[in-house]
Amino acid sequence: MDAEAYRLNLSHELAEGIRQHGAESFPHECCGALLGRDSAFDDNSAEPSREVLELFPLVNRREDSPRNRFSVTAEDVLEAEKAARQHGLDVVGWYHSHPDHPARPSQFDREHAWPWYSYIIVSVMAGAPAEMTSWRLNDDRQDYSPERIEIRNRAAV
Amino acid sequence: MAVKVIIPTPLRVYAAKKDSAEVSAQTVGEALGGLTAQFADLRKHLFTDDGKLRSFVNVYLNDEDIRYMAKEATPVKDGDVVSIVPSIAGGSAATQTANPQAKVTSLSNEEILRYSRHLIMPEVGMEGQLKLKNAKVLLIGTGGLGAPLGLYLAAAGVGKLGLVDFDVVDFTNLQRQVTFGTSDVGKHKSEAARARLSNLNPDIEIQSFETQLTSANALELFKGFDIIVDGTDNFPTRYLVNDACILLGKPNVYGSIFRFEGQATVFGMPEGPCYRCLYPEPPPPGLVPSCAEGGVLGVLPGIVGSIQAMETIKLILGAGDSLIGRLLLFDALGMKFRELKLRKNPDCPMCGKNRTIHQLVDYYEFCGVRGEEAPAPNLQVPEITPRELKARLDRGDDLYILDVREPHEYQICNIQGHLLPLGELPRRVHELDSSREIVAHCRSGKRSAEAVDFLRKAGFRKIHNLKGGILAWSDEVDPSVPKY
Repeated sequence: MDAEAYRLNLSHELAEGIRQHGAESFPHECCGALLGRDSAFDDNSAEPSREVLELFPLVNRREDSPRNRFSVTAEDVLEAEKAARQHGLDVVGWYHSHPDHPARPSQFDREHAWPWYSYIIVSVMAGAPAEMTSWRLNDDRQDYSPERIEIRNRAAV
Repeated sequence: MAVKVIIPTPLRVYAAKKDSAEVSAQTVGEALGGLTAQFADLRKHLFTDDGKLRSFVNVYLNDEDIRYMAKEATPVKDGDVVSIVPSIAGGSAATQTANPQAKVTSLSNEEILRYSRHLIMPEVGMEGQLKLKNAKVLLIGTGGLGAPLGLYLAAAGVGKLGLVDFDVVDFTNLQRQVTFGTSDVGKHKSEAARARLSNLNPDIEIQSFETQLTSANALELFKGFDIIVDGTDNFPTRYLVNDACILLGKPNVYGSIFRFEGQATVFGMPEGPCYRCLYPEPPPPGLVPSCAEGGVLGVLPGIVGSIQAMETIKLILGAGDSLIGRLLLFDALGMKFRELKLRKNPDCPMCGKNRTIHQLVDYYEFCGVRGEEAPAPNLQVPEITPRELKARLDRGDDLYILDVREPHEYQICNIQGHLLPLGELPRRVHELDSSREIVAHCRSGKRSAEAVDFLRKAGFRKIHNLKGGILAWSDEVDPSVPKY
């Protein structure tokens, strides 16, 4: 799949929620789950797109290096999945922040990434949230493809 | 044994959208093998190239993590459920790695022993040590600041060090440039430093560049490195290093010293300021003396250079709070550290929103300095050489020797002149007898030239400058007079 095909929809409120979490956690990295669903799974729309309908903020488990590392344990993942199920949603991806660094996936990100998930990164410069990007790991694990974030004013149900 | 393997959401696309698979196996490992036999595309997401489970792949047998059991050898029975649960990790990279394909991924046993004190700290560990090994750092200057820099970066295992210096080891360097020994006097600094650092750590690559850094070679030289460390001692080079780093997008770990004070910061990061944000204009030439002119306590560059080494290592590891946007000020006499916030100047011509400088310039012209030793404005004053002076004194001529140096210099050595420091001359000129023949001298002849110029303008007619000062006197007339 090429880059243009990936599209991530989320509401203005949710995007703000991610930015807020990043700002609150500064100078540490924040992290959380993205709950939503893929339209491609449900119908055969021409453009597969993914909708984020809820955030599930988590605690960064990397206490030794939280300024530039985040960690979500398997237990946290199971919690997120449980919450998703309760709302009839899936965990479609994860978000985290890069304090004082650009919103670009790093080598470390790539080595630890899962395919299919949307990875939202928000850059938090000196405490102020800045750029927000989203990425999907390529099948060959060698690189990421950018995912277009589309902000809507209201959550589409 | 018939077991069910639960496939996590991110991998279902590789398993024909199924959320589980039925396999036949005796152990967890066999169950996973059975899964990847059915869906080959899953393999690379679950296992590394050498067949180990990726660290972020967690496997549970029923509801227990297999890490706390017998891992993949854990036996299974009919009806068991093997679940694959992701854990998620990531983070920002502190430096832009230049050449991902040239990465080193392991340490030898010897290296593990050498760096054991790094490896046993979770903040460094194998991951951190490999980052150090893959890092390429260029040191501009191998003098007072470059000495501790080179020593500590080599000791830490930075995989590639470049050393740029075109100077030769001089006796006066040994008071502070601790990479050199007495036997190195006369050798090229970049080569002598390379030899010393290589002895400290033979496992790293050290490249010496015996060249002056110029606008013609800087960009090409910097390209092969990730981080540049500025250990130079002159303003034109400071601006050159800064501009080259901004143009190439490389961090510039900056340190400077003057007498008893030091400064350190990190320029060149995209969100932080650059040298021009702090000092848009260079100082007028001659205002800020060099170490040769102002002096420096030898251990001071040792401290500041070590701080630069620390900041470089932190950038490589992505650890701690960097000095990006912070100017660290060190007062050695008061033993105080202070900090100033440095903000990126949005109008900076180099790193601001509207860059107007797109290439390297003539930095000597920018700083108003022509050539290396910029003499004071061309002073044409009557001169007398040391030999001539000696001859006249031996003849019994009545000469008034005027020494315009500072009192502490007089204590180092003197030729029994009358001490009147240059700065006090205007105030005390009445102490001099303009009817007498005066020979003014200082250390090298520069200050005394100014004194002669001043006195001639004040009406003194019988006055000469001792060419070359007391240094020349020592060379040509009396070697027992120490040079300093």
